[in-house]
Amino acid sequence: MRTAALIKRILLEMLRDKRTLALLFVAPLLILTLMYFFFSGNTTDPKLGVSHVDKSLVKVLDKADINVKHYSTVKHPEKTVLGYNLDGLLQKKDGAYILTLQNSDPTSAKSLQMKVKQAIAAGTQQQLAKQIKAEAQTIQGAQKIIALQNQAQQILMKQTPAQSPAIVKVQQLEEQVQKTKQNLPAPVKVKMAKPNVSTKYVYGSSDTVFFDVLSPILVGFFVFFFVFLISGIGLLKERTSGTLNRLMATPVKRGEIVMAYLAGFGIFAIIQTVIVVLYSVNVLDMVLAGSLWHVVLINLMLALVALSLGILLSSFAASEFQMMQFIPIVVVPQVFFSGIIPLKGMADWLQELAKVMPIYYGADALKRVMYEGLGLGDVWKDLLALAVFAVIFIILNILALRRYRAL
Amino acid sequence: MGVTIAIEQVSKRFGKKTVLNDIDLRIEKGRIYGFIGPSGAGKTTLVNMIVGMEKPDSGEIHVLGQKMPDLGILQKIGYMAQSDALYMQLTGKENLKFFASLYKMGNAERNERIAYAAGLVNLQDDLNKKVSAYSGGMKRRLSLAIALIQDPEILILDEPTVGIDPELRFSIWNELLRLKNEEGKTIIVTTHVMDEAEKCDTVAMIREGKILAGGSPQALKEMYNAEDLNEVFLKAGRETK
Repeated sequence: MRTAALIKRILLEMLRDKRTLALLFVAPLLILTLMYFFFSGNTTDPKLGVSHVDKSLVKVLDKADINVKHYSTVKHPEKTVLGYNLDGLLQKKDGAYILTLQNSDPTSAKSLQMKVKQAIAAGTQQQLAKQIKAEAQTIQGAQKIIALQNQAQQILMKQTPAQSPAIVKVQQLEEQVQKTKQNLPAPVKVKMAKPNVSTKYVYGSSDTVFFDVLSPILVGFFVFFFVFLISGIGLLKERTSGTLNRLMATPVKRGEIVMAYLAGFGIFAIIQTVIVVLYSVNVLDMVLAGSLWHVVLINLMLALVALSLGILLSSFAASEFQMMQFIPIVVVPQVFFSGIIPLKGMADWLQELAKVMPIYYGADALKRVMYEGLGLGDVWKDLLALAVFAVIFIILNILALRRYRAL
Repeated sequence: MGVTIAIEQVSKRFGKKTVLNDIDLRIEKGRIYGFIGPSGAGKTTLVNMIVGMEKPDSGEIHVLGQKMPDLGILQKIGYMAQSDALYMQLTGKENLKFFASLYKMGNAERNERIAYAAGLVNLQDDLNKKVSAYSGGMKRRLSLAIALIQDPEILILDEPTVGIDPELRFSIWNELLRLKNEEGKTIIVTTHVMDEAEKCDTVAMIREGKILAGGSPQALKEMYNAEDLNEVFLKAGRETK
C-alpha cells in the first residue's frame, strides 16, 4: 500500500519531467544511431604509388582494391608520399621491393602493408608457376625427340636387310631407348592451382562488421548508463529536497522506499530497454541470432543492477554534481571491461578486476545471445552474477538509508 | 494528566561535538510545549530524536509508552520539518494525497482530511497548482497541512511560522490552541520568536545542548524577575556561564 503510493508518486514526478523522460528514451537511440553510422561507413581504398614495379604485380594490386598511381623514378619517397598524400609508395630497386608507408593511421597502414605483401607473394608464385611450366615443356620436348628418334630407327630397320650385325646393334639400341622411355616421367601437365580457400564462420557471416560485435555491448552499456544516471539523480533529489528526511517521519519502512524506487524507475527502465532493443534490432538492423526476449531479459537484469547501484551511490553524493563525479569512477571503467576492448589480451589482474564489473557479465550474455545465438541455458551464469550484484546493492541500499532513520 | 513524551538522560554527539547533553524532560498530554533557543542549540536534534529519526547515544525516549524509535508510533506523530520537504513537480493536492496514503486511513477519511488540512492553512484555492509555483509562505502552510493530515495525537512542528505573514501566523496559532483545547493534542513547537513562546503552556530553553530552564512563561518570568521571555533567556544564559 505505502509502496504503491510511493511508486505512484515517482511515476507522476517522472511524467512531469519531460526532459528527463526524453533523456531516458531518446538519448540512447540517438547515440546508438550515431554509432551505427560511424561503424558501418565504407572504408576508402588506400592510395598506393608504384615506381618500377612489374605490370603483373600492379594487376594484382588493382584487384586487391588498391588505388594504384604510377610514378617514374622516385628520389625522395617520403616527399612523394606526403606531396601526393599517398598511403604508401612501393618501389623496386635491384630486384628488392621497398614500401614506404605514411602511417598516419596505423590500422590502415598495416592493412595496406599486408595487401602489398600478399600481392608480391602472389606475383612470385605466378613466376614460379611459369618457370615450372617452361621446364615441363622442356621435358615434353625431350620426350618428343626420343619419339622421333624411335621413328627414325624403325624406318632404318625396314630398309636394312635382317640378320645383319648392324640390325642387331639397332635392336639393342632400340631396347635401350625403350628402357629410357620407361624411365622418363610421364608428360607433366602443370596447372596453376588457384589457392581456393572457402571460409566458413562459426558466428556471423562474411558480412559481419565490427558494429555487429560491438552493438550488443553498446545496447547493454547504454541501458546501464542511463538507468544508473536517472535513478541515482532521482533519489538524490529526494535527499537534497529534504523529502526523504520527511518520509522518515512517516511510518514508511526503509525497505519500502528502496522497493518503490526499484519498481518506479524499474518501469521506466523496462520501457527504455524494450525501446532500445527493438530499435536496435528493427531499425538499426543489428544482428540478433538469439531470442529477442532473452535480450530484453538480460538488459532488464542489467538495468536492475544499474538502478540499485545508482540509488546506492546517490547515498554518497551530496549534490547532482557529486553524482556526476561517479561517472568517471564507476561508469567509464565499465566500458573498458565490457568487451569493447578484448579482455583476452589483458593482464591477469585486469581480467580478475573485470569480474567485479556488472557490465562484464551483461555484455558477455548479450554478445552470446545476440551475436552467437545462444539461449538462456548458456548464459545463466551471467544472469546469476547480475542477480547477485542487484541483491547486494539492494541490501546495501536499505542499510544506507539508516542514515536517515535509526529504524 | 498523563505523560505523552518522556525524555530520560538523553545525550547525542555528532563526531566530537556534543549536541545534546543529558536532557531530561516530560511532556504532558494536551499541552503546547515550546523549545526555544538560538540556532544550533540542539532543538532540531531533540525533535528528530522524539520522532525517531535519530537514536540517542545514551538515555531513552518514550512516546505514548513506546520506546523510540518505533514505526507504529509514527502514525500518531505529525511532523513538520524546518525546511519545506515538498515535491515541487506535484500539485499541493498531490502532495497531500501522497503523504495521506502513507498513513492508515480509508479513502473517504483521506479526502475529508485533505479538505480539512487545506482549509486550515487557507490553501483550498491553490491545491491544483504545482508546488514549484507556490510562494514561501504557501509552502510553509502546505507543510503544516501535511503534518496534520493523519489527525495525529502529537504534533511536532520545527519552526512552523517562519516566512508566514502575521495574519496567517495568528490564525495558525489559534488553530494550534484549538487543537490542544478541543482535541487534546500534544504539541511541540520549536521557535526563536519569543512572543510565540508566550503562547506555550510550558517553555524549555535550550542552549548548547542543555535545558537552561523550564516552566510556564509566567513562572519563568517571575523566577528570573524579567519583563519578557527574551530577558529570561539572556539571564538564564548568563547564569550558566
